Amino acid sequence: MSSRTDAPGVAAAPDNADVVTYREAIRLALDDAMAADDTVLLLGEDIAKAGGPFKTTVGLYDKYGADRVFDTPIAENGFCGIALGMALTGLRPVTEIMFSDFLPTAFDAIAMELPRWRFMSGGQTSAPVTVRASGGGGGRFGAQTSSTGESWFLQFYGLKVAVAGSPQGAYGLLRAAIAHNNPVVVFDHKAMHLRKGPLVRGDDRLAEVGKAVVARPGTDVTIVASLLMVHRSLEAAEALAGEGIEVEVIDISWLRPLDMETVAASVGRTGRLVIAEEQYHDGGWGASVISRLATAAAPLAVPPAAVSMPEILISHSPPLEDAMIPSAERIADAVRSVCR
Amino acid sequence: MTAPPDAVLRTWLEQMILIRLAEDKVMEIYMQGLVPGTVHLCQGQEAASVGAIGALTGDDWLLCTYRGHHHALARGMDLEAFFAEIMGRDSGACRGMGGSSYVVDASLGMIGSPAIIGAGIPVATGAGMTARLRGEDRIAMCFFGDGACNIGAFHEALNMAQLWRSQVVFCIENNQYGEYTPFRDSTALPPEAPIAHRAAAYGMAHAVVDGQDVIAVHDMVAQARARAVAGDGPTLIEAQTYRYRGHSRTDPGAYRPPGELDAWKERDPIGILASGIGADGDLEALRERLQQEVDEAADRAAEGPWPTLDQARDYVFAD
Repeated sequence: MSSRTDAPGVAAAPDNADVVTYREAIRLALDDAMAADDTVLLLGEDIAKAGGPFKTTVGLYDKYGADRVFDTPIAENGFCGIALGMALTGLRPVTEIMFSDFLPTAFDAIAMELPRWRFMSGGQTSAPVTVRASGGGGGRFGAQTSSTGESWFLQFYGLKVAVAGSPQGAYGLLRAAIAHNNPVVVFDHKAMHLRKGPLVRGDDRLAEVGKAVVARPGTDVTIVASLLMVHRSLEAAEALAGEGIEVEVIDISWLRPLDMETVAASVGRTGRLVIAEEQYHDGGWGASVISRLATAAAPLAVPPAAVSMPEILISHSPPLEDAMIPSAERIADAVRSVCR
Repeated sequence: MTAPPDAVLRTWLEQMILIRLAEDKVMEIYMQGLVPGTVHLCQGQEAASVGAIGALTGDDWLLCTYRGHHHALARGMDLEAFFAEIMGRDSGACRGMGGSSYVVDASLGMIGSPAIIGAGIPVATGAGMTARLRGEDRIAMCFFGDGACNIGAFHEALNMAQLWRSQVVFCIENNQYGEYTPFRDSTALPPEAPIAHRAAAYGMAHAVVDGQDVIAVHDMVAQARARAVAGDGPTLIEAQTYRYRGHSRTDPGAYRPPGELDAWKERDPIGILASGIGADGDLEALRERLQQEVDEAADRAAEGPWPTLDQARDYVFAD
């Protein structure tokens, strides 16, 4: 099947690719993971009979039954701890947290128990839990339902963190997380749920843990982006191509492990770096990328730029939210600024 | 329930004495500078762990807490590995990564011992779900203190455990104090009501048991275990007991009313069982033998090597 995708600049889809929405890619990843391994089970609010608040589990309850798809109470810390107990005893649970902003209610389970459990036992146990959350702005949902949350857990060593920048990423990262023997938090972005892109499914389509994806090759400037910012960076790259600036867009895909090899190789060629992130810069993965390049004396021709959120909180008011979340125009301006 | 055979009761008596002597030894080696950090001792609470663990099979899983030395030893942890862990040595049960609060042996079904109050309650509920989903004759046994009954994880986990008929048994070791505070000062309950009554809010079976009576604890846990594996749901058991020492090493327990400690020592769990089975005359010889085991294990543990940072790195992520 072939169809026009709405992601400008993406290389042509392989012949065997379907074109599906990002949220369908998530659903297919869960379906395929459950079919491949009967220890995989799902826990989350409204995910069973109702098919999920974001429709990422439609049909899975009917297909796999009540012993594999659980509607939980609204008790994230409790059911993430339950997932840990299941994982320690041989299952591979996937928890859905709905909005990323609800992750802090499960902070103990996710930040303090999951990443430290194996270590505290001296390696006697392992905790293959996948925690999924849908984050990000653009829905006019206001201050407590619009965060990406992607960098919140980076100080909790022991967790791996993935961020899906395309339908293929959403599928491959989630499948990789579920198959992985350590706890992984996988973020997706609500504003991408209905965006379409090519997807090749299969048990051989698991993303490589810790490997970034070059979403668009280019020679002049490197943009490193996550989630929705990948899409907006591709839009910016398309516009800049018309000005003679060839941008390489890296979909960072994993915030831990961070693929500095791919980033450094790109920057080594372009000498120019822009970070595009839907989060505050301080304490985030973008600041880590810049720090690691700086301490490794990467050959930057000019100081790097970061397009991040201004230090205000997100309002539901449309012009205010639009001013908070980096646009393709802001990203393009940052690219122009490092080209001067 | 029929009374356990005499040989079993003798084993329990030995285990309780071993735990008492090991805890005294932990304090002794702490004062010698051999134990980093702090320790939370359990003298006085031996019957709750020995009775409950005596009702389990070898396949059952255990979730313990930072006051968990008695659980580890009642489950049969190697004494040298126990002391070496508390001393932070590579030869410890957790390769020196855990320490006093976290000492577990996964090969004995001890799957965790978090220092965060109440954190093990959902984890045990999840393990009990694994048993239920696989249709196994197996439970998760979850120990925690009275202080854990006020944290959200307790309520969230009890709700789901009952809703989903997890094969879990919850045991509150009510040692009367949540850290430094009498439990009734922090726990809203009807006058005189036990904490276990909170289970009624979830439609969960519950029971109160004399935590100083190892036989009574064993009977109650055996019944709860049978209910759980039969698919009749979890039970919240409250074993009423007492912590002879303070919360942690530095706490002398000065907040306790005069006479309270002595009154509880009148009902010492070791004394109750020894009298009950006519073993008072054997206590001295038993203590002498077990003391030697404890001393030798602690001496060997103190010779254990320190772990390295490279080893620590290996324990973070599984392959």
